[in-house]
Parts: sequence; C-alpha cells; structure tokens
Amino acid sequence: MTVLRPLVILLGLLAVWELVVRATGVAHYILPGPGRVLRAVVDNGSLLLGHAAVTASEILLGLLAGTLLGCASALLIASFRPARRWLLPVLVVSQAIPVFALAPILVLWLGYGLASKVAMATLIIYFPVTAAFFDGLRRTEPGWLDLARTMDGRPWPVLWHIRVPAALPALASGLRVATAVAPIGAIVGEWVGASAGLGFLMLQANARMQVDVMFAALFVLALFAVGLYTLVDRGLRRALPWQVEDHGEAPS
Amino acid sequence: MMTGAEAPAIHLHAAGLRYGGATIFDNLDLSLPGGRTTCLLGPSGVGKTSLLRLIAGLAHGAGGEVRDGQGRGLQGRVAYLAQHDLLLPWATALDNVMLGFRLRGTVRDSAAIGRARGLLGRVGLTGREDDRPARLSGGMRQRVALARTLMEDRPVVLMDEPFSALDAITRFQLQDLAAELLAGRTVLLVTHDPLEALRLGHRVQVLADAPARLGAALEPPGAPPRDPGDPNVVAQHVELLKRLSAAAAEGMRS
Repeated sequence: MTVLRPLVILLGLLAVWELVVRATGVAHYILPGPGRVLRAVVDNGSLLLGHAAVTASEILLGLLAGTLLGCASALLIASFRPARRWLLPVLVVSQAIPVFALAPILVLWLGYGLASKVAMATLIIYFPVTAAFFDGLRRTEPGWLDLARTMDGRPWPVLWHIRVPAALPALASGLRVATAVAPIGAIVGEWVGASAGLGFLMLQANARMQVDVMFAALFVLALFAVGLYTLVDRGLRRALPWQVEDHGEAPS
Repeated sequence: MMTGAEAPAIHLHAAGLRYGGATIFDNLDLSLPGGRTTCLLGPSGVGKTSLLRLIAGLAHGAGGEVRDGQGRGLQGRVAYLAQHDLLLPWATALDNVMLGFRLRGTVRDSAAIGRARGLLGRVGLTGREDDRPARLSGGMRQRVALARTLMEDRPVVLMDEPFSALDAITRFQLQDLAAELLAGRTVLLVTHDPLEALRLGHRVQVLADAPARLGAALEPPGAPPRDPGDPNVVAQHVELLKRLSAAAAEGMRS
C-alpha cells in the first residue's frame, strides 16, 4: 500500500488534469494535457536529463553545504554563550532578507555558473537546519543532564553522548524541511542568470512559447524533488530507529 | 558488594528553599547515618525531592550545607536514581549502564565491560545487554537504571521514588533487589509509599507542614528487606498512615 498510494494519487491528479484540458478545450500552448507533456519529456529526453543533472548537483551541493554549515552553527551557539549572542541575530537576518532579493547580487558576485546557485540553495537550507538543530540541543531532557552532573560528566562528552543524539530527531525534521525547500534556491538562481539547469530551460522554453517543454521541465523537477525527499526521509528513519520504536508502547 | 570508599554519614545543615513567595522549608537539618538506608515520606509538594536534590548537588534555588561525618563535601561520591529511568533511548542496555564512563571520558576496558555485564546479570537481564530501552518493559528499564547506579559504585545512593511507576509485583521484586544490592551504602530513598519505606529503611522519617519539619524518626526492627506481613511492619504501617494523613490534613488547613 505504501508504494501504491502515491501512484494512485499521481494517476488521479493526471486524470483530473486531462479532464480539465478536455472539458475546457483550452489551447495546448496555454495548458498542454498530460499526454502532450509526456511526449515532450520523451522527445526532449537527453536535453532534460542534461539540465536536470545541473540542477540536481546544485541542489545536492547546496544541501550538503547548508547542512554542514547549519550543524556547525547550531553546535557553536549551543555550546558557547557569546556565540549565541552574536550569531542568533545573524541567523534571523539571514532569513529576513528574501532569497529572491539576494539572487541578483549573488549572481553578480559568483557568476552565472554553479557557485551562485549552490550559494542560494545553501542560504535557503541554512536556516531551517540551524534553527531545528539548535532547538533540539537546547531542549535536552533535564533529567539526563542532572544524571550527567551526578556522574561528573565533562562538557564535551555530555554534548557528544547526550545532547547531540537527543537533538537528532529535531535535526531530522529540519533536514526534511531543508530538502523540501532546497530546489527553490537552485531554481531562483537559474531564473536570475544561468546558462544551464531546469530553471534556465523553463525560461528559454517560455520565451519560445514551448509550453510543453516548460511543463516537461517542471515535471522532471517535481519528480526529482519528491524522489530526493523520499530518499532523505527514509534515510533519516533508518538512521534514528529509536525514534520510530518510541511510538509503540513498551509492554510493561 | 561494596568496593568503593567507606559509606559516609551525611549531615544536611540549615537547608532552605523558597518557591513562588512561599517558604517550602527553612533552617532544616537532616542527618543520614552512614551505610544505612533512610526513607523520607511526606505529602506531595512538601519538599522531599528538593532535599534529595540538594544533597545530590542538583539544587535549583535551594540552599544549605551538605557535609559528611568528617566535614567534607560529597562531590564525586553520589549516585542518583530518579523516578523515571532516564535511560538514553538510542543506547543499548549495556551502553546505558556504562554511561558514566563515557561521560567522564574514562577508558572502557574489558574489566569495566565485564563488570557492567555482571551487574546486568545481577538485576536479571542476562541476554538483554544489546537491547534498546524501547524493547524492555518498565520494570526491566528500572533494573537497567539500578545497574547503572551500581556501576557508578558510589558510597552514597540517592533515590527519588524509583519504583513508583511500576506495578505492585514488579515494585516488590525490585525493592528486594535494591535492598540486597545497596546494602552497606548510605541511601536516601524518597517515597510516597509507607510500606516501601518500612520494607527498605533502617530509619523512616516523615516530612510535613509548611515550612516543612521532620517528624521523629521511626526505626523498624530487623534487617531490610522486611516481610510486609511482619506484625511490626503492619503496626508501623498503620502508625505511618496516621502520621501521613495528619500531615495531609494540616496541609489542607494551611
């Protein structure tokens, strides 16, 4: 059923889409039907694949950089009080400025290539990861910390053996959000200035009125995003088995 | 069983705690005889847990002086067992028992691992060393917590209602086990169950009133764990219930 359900949802949506196109008789250059889009995907297979590879690497590199930076920042502000005072406002500001507004500047500084898109994706991922992990680190079960004190635990081992593992479920939800929003950063970057990528392809197709190619690119992007999310979600579940076990009441 | 330092007597002097404008206790003295188990009873909110935490060095807002018989502090000589087992859900039973070693950064050599396995065996968990807490029942989890407390091998053990979340039979078995394994240490057991106090305590005291005062100590005859059917235990159980209901009635009036 777990495999079947998304498939049923997908087929249902496609059917509604097809129905709307047929019922309204809308022109194919405004809204192409799913059949036409699928044909466009097949016809432009190698083109889409090439651009998708570019976008995918932007997203994955951004995810990696954003996660590493976010985890490091969260650990830093959780462990050092002065760091908290200085870094927290920076964190909030980084989120207050919309990435859309930063995109032209980043392209100006980092060029039309990969770097500006990775930077964009990193920026958009950094906040949810940092905020979630820091929150987790701050909310360690006080009983565990009491226990650690009576055991004469030293700060680093307590951080590593209690506070970090206890914060992992919170980090995991941050990572899920980050995975879901990462494509936004990459695509916005490509819209502002790029020579490759699915976002670039969509702009090009739009200018040439190739609406079916636009939809095909969108379809490939959605497919990748959903696939990536599923993969990350599964991986996190497997990495934190105690979190799942906790849902079942232990027999007593 | 005792391999650590000599179990010290403990003197808590001039303990005070104010909470939300109310004085919970003030200028309170409590003495725990060395190598003996003292049980502290009393109505909820009277400050039992605060007293225990004060001795454990975990006081939040409570003040007072904690010294052993020689006038020294207790730093590094206390083990703590709370009502909740406080097991780390991601760690196996064995890793939980050895938590103190990890947190102090001390080497976990084969002797230490062997001792941890031995302790899990003593609490009846042979073969469950690699199970995570979620796979263990409530009673088993509290046994792991007891093994973790013993692994610390401290001469002073402070227990805050350690068996109150367990069903009657499991609680009974764990009381026996605790009495056997903690013999010879200075133990403070905070509980709301007078029968538990009478089974396990060399000395039983009731904390009541606001600001809290300690009632006269009760010293049940015989060595713990005592049989709940023992006529002395039955008689003193009645006596303790009287004292506790008087304390509760006083609490209502004030």
